[in-house]
Amino acid sequence: MTAAIAVEGLERAFDDVLAVQGVDLEVGEGEIYGFLGPNGAGKTTTVRMLTTLLLPTGGRATVAGHDVVAEARRVRASIGVALQEAALDPLMTGRELIRLQATLQGIPGAEGRRRADDLLERVDLVAAADRRVGAYSGGMKRRLDLAAALVHEPRVLFLDEPTTGLDPVSRKSIWEEVRTLNDEGTTVFLTTQYLEEADQLADNVGIIDSGRIVAEGTPAALKAELGHPHIRLQLEEGSVAQAEEICARIGPLLPPIDGKTVLVEVENGAGDIPRVVRALDDAGIGVASLELVHPSLDDVFVAKTGYHLEKEDEEGSEDEGAVAA
Amino acid sequence: MATNLRVVGALGMRSIRQTFRRPQLIAPIIVFPTLLLAIQTGGAGGAVNLPGFPPVQSFLQFMLAGAMMQSLMLAGNSGGIAMAVDLEMGFTDRLFAAPISRFTIVLGRLAGTAALGLFAALWFLMIGLVFGATIEGGVPGALLAIGLVTACAMAVGGIGAAIALRTGSASVVQGLFPLVLVVLFLSSAFFPVELMIEPAKTIAEYNPFSLVVEGVREPIVSGIDASDTRDAVLAIAGIVVFGLVLSARALKHRLRVG
Repeated sequence: MTAAIAVEGLERAFDDVLAVQGVDLEVGEGEIYGFLGPNGAGKTTTVRMLTTLLLPTGGRATVAGHDVVAEARRVRASIGVALQEAALDPLMTGRELIRLQATLQGIPGAEGRRRADDLLERVDLVAAADRRVGAYSGGMKRRLDLAAALVHEPRVLFLDEPTTGLDPVSRKSIWEEVRTLNDEGTTVFLTTQYLEEADQLADNVGIIDSGRIVAEGTPAALKAELGHPHIRLQLEEGSVAQAEEICARIGPLLPPIDGKTVLVEVENGAGDIPRVVRALDDAGIGVASLELVHPSLDDVFVAKTGYHLEKEDEEGSEDEGAVAA
Repeated sequence: MATNLRVVGALGMRSIRQTFRRPQLIAPIIVFPTLLLAIQTGGAGGAVNLPGFPPVQSFLQFMLAGAMMQSLMLAGNSGGIAMAVDLEMGFTDRLFAAPISRFTIVLGRLAGTAALGLFAALWFLMIGLVFGATIEGGVPGALLAIGLVTACAMAVGGIGAAIALRTGSASVVQGLFPLVLVVLFLSSAFFPVELMIEPAKTIAEYNPFSLVVEGVREPIVSGIDASDTRDAVLAIAGIVVFGLVLSARALKHRLRVG
């Protein structure tokens, strides 16, 4: 398969801070690549380099066969970009924005107007097309941003956290559009903090942490690497430390999610449940709930980085590019 | 080339729409200078009788050039603020990610600022005519004044754009608002240089904006003067070069730091 995106040893330093530290990755033509990582891991910095918005300080990358530094303008003609903060002017109307985008891509006036009308229909924004973007909901803004990125029918589409902050319905609508685009042959490079999103959409996933790729492969292969399922125990108050001590004798503990839950990896799946229950019962520890969980991308993430991605997301963290040293 | 010109036009049009849709951008360009013009002509109209005051038909006629200068300088400042807002909200990334010469983004903004300068010149000439001021240079004089104001707006816009690109902060560009007034008051915009006292007089004499003011004022108060026009054109050219060089350097810096 031809590489739509090929990255070798890509680096970016901000003064003394190395935000991206030698990233290698390859994305095939027609693939959806999910780029996972917490805030500050280097996702956005990597995307900004691949979209020619930021110069690398080391390594090289090609997008659609063009070098991101030496052939930046050719790269820009081949890509569509929908950035993290939905870079939209609240004072423009949706129609004005797509028409401006068409002009920026060198599409003649009449053709630009036709494409704008088609795209507004495609993302279901015809009724709101002449309203100012400032009055749009979060989901409408994301759909408009996506439509603007498609106006020149790009070979490679970069979506930087396209569903962050959206409600489940809007999120699913964006997912459907991404799948349709991919079916039409567009390569999609998708950064996300949502494991479910990567699991649902991506053919391949790369996990970045502290500026380095720590795991890469298909979601199925990454999950299979972990092998064993785990038991998630919700305990009554005051017994977590003792329960952890008991469970550690049965299997390795996974990093805790909160102060009431214990996660223990079990070799025999459901067959180990009675052992766990008996051991806790013998110690007089009350179990509020118990669940056998097969490996998910979150488990992959935990195994590779030592912490939970979506919990990090809920807590919030530092600005992109300012963390990885 | 044709694409870049179309992009400059489209971005200029966006810039104009943005200004008219955001009251805080249009107010300093039209409303404040109009109010100041009304207050000054109403309250200090007798200044024309001071010994040494240049011969003019009325204080309003004298003040029109100053009002236009204030408007165009604030248009340049507003253009810089709008560009900084674009940077802050990430809109500029959309432009930087397009396959165009990135300097056309600056030129698009300047085209919009120039158009606002044109609008300001027409607005104040219309006010002057409505309230009885005459344009001594006739239609050619009016066109010359309009052309100089338009060009100077673009020149000042270059400085605003450079500061926006360098700092990426709307509040920093907005913070330059008082400086604009200082530059104006230390020029011949609101008072004849001949009647100023030192050191303001010397500063005003060397202030390039005084040359522009005189180039705009002469066609209104007495008729086209080749020497004043030449000085104004040279001053504007100097400000244009200064603004464009600053903008180009700031753009390069912005693209390097991301």
